[in-house]
Amino acid sequence: MSETIKRPKRKNPILRTRSPTLPPDRRSRIALGLVRGAAQGKLELQRCADCGTVQYPPREACVRCLSAELEWTLMSGRGELVSETMLRHSQELFFRERVPWRLGLIRLTEGVSLVAHLDARCGPAPSTVKVEAALDRAGQAVLVARPDAGDAALADDPKLRDMTSDPRFRKVLVTDAKSPVGQAVVRTVLEAGADLVWAGHCEPWKKPPGWPAIAELPKTMLVPLDVTDTRSVNELAAELGFKVDIVINTAEHHRTFGLFGRAGVETAKAEMETNCFGLLRLAQAFGPIMQARGADGDASAVAWVNLLSIYALSNFPQHATYSASMAAALSVAQALRAEMRVAGIRVVNIFPGPIDDEWNQLLLPPKLAPSAVARAIVAALKGSVEDVYPGDIAQDWLARFRDNPKALERELGR
Amino acid sequence: MASRTASYEGVAVAVPVTVPYERFTIRGAHWFIARALKQLVEGAGISKDEIDGLCVASFTLAPDSAVGLTQHLGLSTRWLDHVPMGGASGIVSLRRAARAVQAGDAEIVACIAGDTNHVDSFRLSTATFSMFAQDAVYPYGAGGPNTSFAFLTAYYMRKYGATSQDFGRLCVAQRANALHFPHALFKKPLTLDEYLNARLVADPLRLFDCVMPCAGAEAFLVMSEDRAKRLGLPHARLTSAIERHNAFRDDPVQDRGGWAMDRDCLYETAGVGPADIDLVEVYDDYPVICVLQLEDLGFCGKGEGPDFIRRHSFEVNGSFPYNTSGGQLSIGQAGAAGGTLGLVEAIRQLTGQTLGAKVEKARHALVSGFGMINFDRGLCTGAAILAAT
Amino acid sequence: MTYQSPAPGHEILASFTTALATGAIRIVDLTQTLGPDFPSIVMPPEMGQSRAFRMEEISRYDERGGAWYWNNLSFGEHTGTHFDAPIHWVSGRDLPNSSTDTIPVADFIAPAVVIDCSKQSSADADFLLTRDFIKTWETVHGTIPPRCWVLMRTDWSKKSDPAAYQNFDETGQHTPGPDPDTVRFLLNERDVLGFGTETIGTDAGQAAHFLPPYPCHYYMHGAGRYGLQCLTKLDLLPPTGSSLIAPPLKILQGSGSPLRVLALVPSNLVGAAP
Repeated sequence: MSETIKRPKRKNPILRTRSPTLPPDRRSRIALGLVRGAAQGKLELQRCADCGTVQYPPREACVRCLSAELEWTLMSGRGELVSETMLRHSQELFFRERVPWRLGLIRLTEGVSLVAHLDARCGPAPSTVKVEAALDRAGQAVLVARPDAGDAALADDPKLRDMTSDPRFRKVLVTDAKSPVGQAVVRTVLEAGADLVWAGHCEPWKKPPGWPAIAELPKTMLVPLDVTDTRSVNELAAELGFKVDIVINTAEHHRTFGLFGRAGVETAKAEMETNCFGLLRLAQAFGPIMQARGADGDASAVAWVNLLSIYALSNFPQHATYSASMAAALSVAQALRAEMRVAGIRVVNIFPGPIDDEWNQLLLPPKLAPSAVARAIVAALKGSVEDVYPGDIAQDWLARFRDNPKALERELGR
Repeated sequence: MASRTASYEGVAVAVPVTVPYERFTIRGAHWFIARALKQLVEGAGISKDEIDGLCVASFTLAPDSAVGLTQHLGLSTRWLDHVPMGGASGIVSLRRAARAVQAGDAEIVACIAGDTNHVDSFRLSTATFSMFAQDAVYPYGAGGPNTSFAFLTAYYMRKYGATSQDFGRLCVAQRANALHFPHALFKKPLTLDEYLNARLVADPLRLFDCVMPCAGAEAFLVMSEDRAKRLGLPHARLTSAIERHNAFRDDPVQDRGGWAMDRDCLYETAGVGPADIDLVEVYDDYPVICVLQLEDLGFCGKGEGPDFIRRHSFEVNGSFPYNTSGGQLSIGQAGAAGGTLGLVEAIRQLTGQTLGAKVEKARHALVSGFGMINFDRGLCTGAAILAAT
Repeated sequence: MTYQSPAPGHEILASFTTALATGAIRIVDLTQTLGPDFPSIVMPPEMGQSRAFRMEEISRYDERGGAWYWNNLSFGEHTGTHFDAPIHWVSGRDLPNSSTDTIPVADFIAPAVVIDCSKQSSADADFLLTRDFIKTWETVHGTIPPRCWVLMRTDWSKKSDPAAYQNFDETGQHTPGPDPDTVRFLLNERDVLGFGTETIGTDAGQAAHFLPPYPCHYYMHGAGRYGLQCLTKLDLLPPTGSSLIAPPLKILQGSGSPLRVLALVPSNLVGAAP
């Protein structure tokens, strides 16, 4: 049965908090090819470049012609549910805590069979379904069979909710709620049904446009937070870290200098201090507490979002030191992802292209409106992804990077 | 497909051995295999050094294979094999050993299948059962083989109109057979009602559709008929044997197995037909697979299994003697030994050495094997026809 | 009046030490605590920024160092209660002995006068100290002596809310300070040592719009004199009679530094009418 998420009951304080368990997370290396697409919410399977045969499960040679030229290719996911079962008993704690569990055997139109989690809203076998790639709580790619038509939210199937980080009824910390993106994130997260947003801010003497209105929003609490100040981060974590379900790290310091454009390292250090070390401080202060609450009921600690930049993939020399700081931040974010996976908490990295703010004034469009970034963040939380490249520039650079990173390096360096 | 293979003339199977099953044990697989070997040499009245061929099947022998066992048990063989084919291992071991004996590569081959069962053995073995299971099945519910067979059972029921009652009749009959068998771990009768109302495990499978994993071993010797006679051993003759792996690979769902490809060859080589078979030992990890074997080995047409079940009785003294010691579903599955259980029982029936109930005037026995759910279907199939001497 | 030769130096120093012990001379700490929460100076975003004060623990009796606690610090020279050296401003860049390591040390201990503008500042955040205001003050307290600190008391240090302390709106910062004419007066006609304030700058918040811009910095440093900022507790000082100990850190080519500013206050003068 599917049901819209309901407000969870208050926790009974005499009961022990559940510890997080994970679905089985062993995969062969070739099977990890699924996660590249799943990280962005795409179903990719291997297709033989020589004979066109689609392969599943992932393998090292074409099942039909033995070719080694197997390419991960986007699939439609359309198929027929040929058989299903309701699992009542499992050998792993994660599923033991969640049975009964609906599973399906699906035959894709491309002619491969696969086992998938089965959305409660799919009709009984035989029926048409759409198979999607999602990330399970262990961060591994899994297949989910969804109804062929309609717009059913993944999070509205109670069994599949764990694959999302839906902000409904959850408490969210936005680390910099004052910037244009930060303000948009606060508003969008509230619209998505968050119970409470802690709006982090520093330098109280700065009141940019839109900021005073944020304090007036319902379910919003202003909290002092300066990610460049270790004491500030630690004090906030001590005060409310044990209640934070989702961290959205919007804090960033962005200047637009090439390598030789500003003498000295102070600007670069300021960018590193916020973008990289700010994340490090937040991770150390909030990470372990959130890990302990990875399975704390329906409104558990569930996700950590980092606002990075597409420049993290390949340095944009016009914003050279900013790019470098974002590359460093990406590396720290990857480490954080590895740490938080143990507790089933998803780290989502957002790589927008230039945002339409004061620092990107001289860049030609397309530029991303702060509200678009906020929408991409909330969509990522409602879905089952971990790498998000919102907007045309980000998609374009990602495609170029994947195709030939050296060529992109030359293109950006012109 | 060949209409017949080279004859298995002159090959004898003797000394059926069962090491009593235990639900859980702290001992390792080596212990159970060693007990089987000891019983083989004592039952044959030979010294251990006369065993010059060894074929082993086990899921829990790691980090050893058959190689380690030669030194562990003090055997010096000139023929050695390790068969990792689960429930088909018994049939496949017999085929390998038979050809070795015929060619003179070995004189007396011990075929042993044995496994231990610790409290966490089943979870550990299913979690890393195969690459495809690890990557594409286990992450989905971690239900083990129950998941895959639930899919097959639901599909078969929908496509051919089988009911739970049909499967239940087989299970109830097997339990009745098991009540006579001293090594069976299940000792109480099973009624159809109990079968139908047992708790669900993975719809539509219920408790009594699933085997109970345990520790134990099954074994037999393969040698020339001449040698068996000279040793004075009661024995049966191997008249034919088939195997097939990953058959019908383009079938979207498995509702037929490799036996369908090679059964004509099986009967041709043996010189008998389905009507000549006096008892059948099928591999019974789940009832649906039993039905596939009945169909694919020619006892009825595809999809006619339910009707066949409704028209027959499967007790030892019934119209179709079947899994006469109770099968894995009522005895227990000692890992890979489940694939040899049927062979050992068939040898007992044909040589008059039954431990439980006896099929009168048993001349020909058909034993079938099936195994290795690599992803969504069992890949290994095999069958053999034994004749009484 | 008969001429008395001054007592020998060692006797004066001994009396001074005794005076400290008996409380005849009190020490008043005019320094804000240096910590991450204290407001730091804000430059327009496209310019280079002065770093706010930050502390990173090296160890705290833990696995990073079991028996000790210590920190690494980072801060701009002009952070917290701090000293401005003449080299800090363009007008003083060519003067000799103009950095914190070369200023004559005798200048680090000097008398101070305190001009109370607290009522006026509380009524008007942009209050400017004028020549006339000083002249009126002098009729009560006497002429400002040469080579002394002139401290502008505004009680601004009592604003504990950082936003109120900085006092920004869309037109910029609004904090009290001296007008250009006052600074010229203090230098040319009173030969002062330096100017000290409780606010984040020696100049008024709106001083970017004065002519010349930032007149206190411009004229003082151009004349080789000094500045003190973010002072506190000026309300505990008498209008005249105290001396300041205000040595900046001896930083190589330093333009300024955070420092400890101590006022030596004769206790018989405390409580004198402002």
